[in-house]
Amino acid sequence: MKADEVPQDDSVLEGRLRACYALDAQGHYVVVASRGWEVERIVNEHARDALREGLEAVRLRVVAGKASALAYHMTARQMDCRLLAANTGLSRFRVRRHLRPGVFARLSQAMLERYAHALGLSVAELRRLPGADG
Amino acid sequence: MSVPRAFPHRHSGHCETGTLGALLRDRGLDLSEPLWFGMGSGLFFLHTGLLKVGGLPVTAYRVAPLAIVRSAARRLGIRMRYERFRDAGAATRRLEELLSQGLAVGLQACVYWLPYFPSTMRFQFNGHNLVAFARDDGGYWLSDTVFEEVVCCPPEALERARFARGAFAPRGLLYYPESIPTDPDIEGAIRAGIRSTCRQMLDIPLLPVGVRGIRALGRDIRRWPARFGADRARAQVAQIVRMQEEIGTGGAGFRFLFAAFLAEAATRLAVPGLQDLSRETTAIGDEWRRLALVGAHICKGARTDASAYEELAMLLTGLAEREERLFRELRAAI
Repeated sequence: MKADEVPQDDSVLEGRLRACYALDAQGHYVVVASRGWEVERIVNEHARDALREGLEAVRLRVVAGKASALAYHMTARQMDCRLLAANTGLSRFRVRRHLRPGVFARLSQAMLERYAHALGLSVAELRRLPGADG
Repeated sequence: MSVPRAFPHRHSGHCETGTLGALLRDRGLDLSEPLWFGMGSGLFFLHTGLLKVGGLPVTAYRVAPLAIVRSAARRLGIRMRYERFRDAGAATRRLEELLSQGLAVGLQACVYWLPYFPSTMRFQFNGHNLVAFARDDGGYWLSDTVFEEVVCCPPEALERARFARGAFAPRGLLYYPESIPTDPDIEGAIRAGIRSTCRQMLDIPLLPVGVRGIRALGRDIRRWPARFGADRARAQVAQIVRMQEEIGTGGAGFRFLFAAFLAEAATRLAVPGLQDLSRETTAIGDEWRRLALVGAHICKGARTDASAYEELAMLLTGLAEREERLFRELRAAI
């Protein structure tokens, strides 16, 4: 790739620049700061769309009373049971149980704090969906 | 906010080579990023459905996290110190202690929790590397070499990023050079790095890695839509392209970085043949970029016919041939 062929496509970098290696007019490698590449935007959006769709599906389950708010916040942090278990020091089995609304509603304050800390939320935020009351 | 001390930050293609380069530059050994990448034999290829990230097969265009730092340091005779911690408080105290001595320190961190990353790039990925070089009331001053400028990061965010769990958990890892030889054998390290890269790409038996990994992917990929369904096949293609371009490879899954390394090696070793191989690596990199473009068309839904996957397969098969020849010639040249 030549330096003047490095894409400058305002894509996913939100104004930041990416260092790309390319050949200058003399055929020497130089670092060229790139605003992004359309290709990156497409594949990045594809990945983030998948995350968004997954999160929306979980949100609907929470609204329908089939999953706890914990399931929503876990998914929103791009975590699964395994990763949330690792971040809280709990077993995967227990985390999975706490995704049930009835079980989650009866959790102790200490357990809620543990989840809240691992997810970077307050306990109040953890107990509800964003934008929902109480 | 003024930066508490001067740090020789340099915008880099990749986080690990950028971090390693910055740490050593701060201590007086100023070498280029491509040189660090080559001496650390960073180039690789792996694609396997046996390992999954977010439910998708793992694709890697480079060796395991920290392997570049370890290999390059060993080959130059630099003694590195690595410290991991069970307890976040202890890790923070140790970092502050080293910073107060005026040392710059390499850190491993999870991208998701770093607030200065663009929101679009904040994925759960634990293998990111950056330098901490100062502390003031606002937080830690970081040289994150994939960005243009140094940044200041709040302490809570950095601690969280250093203690994220899961695959490649950093466990508070910090590292820094303990001793640096006055006259490191750069030429020797270049030769060792090239030999090791050739081994990684050509000689590893049984596993779908290196050139054989590229060839195997080329064989399999044309069956993906039938085997996994259109949506999942698309997601897997997107993942390959992201690993190649998005995560900071200098372009074309490190192939341009490696081409720059070979060009510098040609001069330093006075082996003119390496210059031709550098040009061939650039041409190979351009071919990987073409692959990314076709992949993006598939993801966008602009191409849904089987011919698109057939084209990916042809590109990969061609790349496997060309890279095999490249690394055989490289081995002969060195």
